[in-house]
Amino acid sequence: MQQENVQLRMDRNEESFLQGVKDCVPTLLGYLSIGFAAGVVGHTSGLSVMEVTLMSVLIYAGSAQFIMAGMVAAEGSIAAIIFTVFIVNLRHLLLSAAVSPYFRHLTAFKTMLIGSLLTDETFGVAINKASHTRTLSESWMNGLNVTAYLNWILATMAGAFLGQWITNPEKLGLDFALSAMFIGLLVLQLIGRKKLARDLIVILCAVLVVVGVSMVTSGSVAVIIATVTAATIGVFIERWK
Amino acid sequence: MEIKWDILAMIIGAAFVTFLPRVLPLVVLSRLQIPDLAMRWLSYIPIAVMAALLGDELLMTDGKLASLRDNVELLAALPTFLVAVYTRSLLGTIIVGVVTVMLLRIWL
Repeated sequence: MQQENVQLRMDRNEESFLQGVKDCVPTLLGYLSIGFAAGVVGHTSGLSVMEVTLMSVLIYAGSAQFIMAGMVAAEGSIAAIIFTVFIVNLRHLLLSAAVSPYFRHLTAFKTMLIGSLLTDETFGVAINKASHTRTLSESWMNGLNVTAYLNWILATMAGAFLGQWITNPEKLGLDFALSAMFIGLLVLQLIGRKKLARDLIVILCAVLVVVGVSMVTSGSVAVIIATVTAATIGVFIERWK
Repeated sequence: MEIKWDILAMIIGAAFVTFLPRVLPLVVLSRLQIPDLAMRWLSYIPIAVMAALLGDELLMTDGKLASLRDNVELLAALPTFLVAVYTRSLLGTIIVGVVTVMLLRIWL
């Protein structure tokens, strides 16, 4: 009985907002450095600190913010910039669909709030947590999402403020934080799923397709095509066996 | 410290087109019973999207295959990967990755 209570409490802790905050900690360095770099780039391309901050608050998407800064600097048209952002962020469709089965117990409004703060990184952490469970707790997910969100806003603000004194953020290797995080999340996924051979084929396909397709179109379109193709191949391999 | 009107319009437009794909599948699909085949497909999305993002980051520069000789990121990916496999620590993996790139950029 006593033991059962302890077990129950642990489960509840595992699903708490605070636990979500804690599970976000490993990704903070990545967010901080990339956000900082995004802020610096925004400043360099002539955006004010307020504008950079507003972008982080309303758009909250790293790669899109980098690209927007570049297009603003190149004096691209507003329509072209918005369309590019749409394409770059279209992969969220897939991420959002992939986490949807774990939030069946929530109202539409609550899933909307969760979705609005979904990123590659919080998706990675969430799907990793979900490999042991059938549902994800709302408070845990909010803890994870809100921590990542605030960290991102602060990081881009800091980057925009300090941008005038930073000439080369790449020297510190911080731009690699994003790739390193994806490597870590990918390895954790592979270990958790226990379908190594199949998964490795899927990964290989994704890499080959993304390389091939991005030679003829933009990298973000290639990422979407590669993801869809590789996942489809994964299902086919499963069927054959 | 000001916000220009055209920049504001751009930000609001971009926010809208970012919000929709993030939210729609979650709101709609979590209401529906998804067929088994679709669920299987979705289960491959995480590894597929991360592999694709990584492939794009590590192997491509400006729409061309990055040269293998001075690709610091690709070199650094190896120790980063090994640390991830052996420690299973996300933070450790990121720190090792960043420090490796920093050192490689100093040495090479």
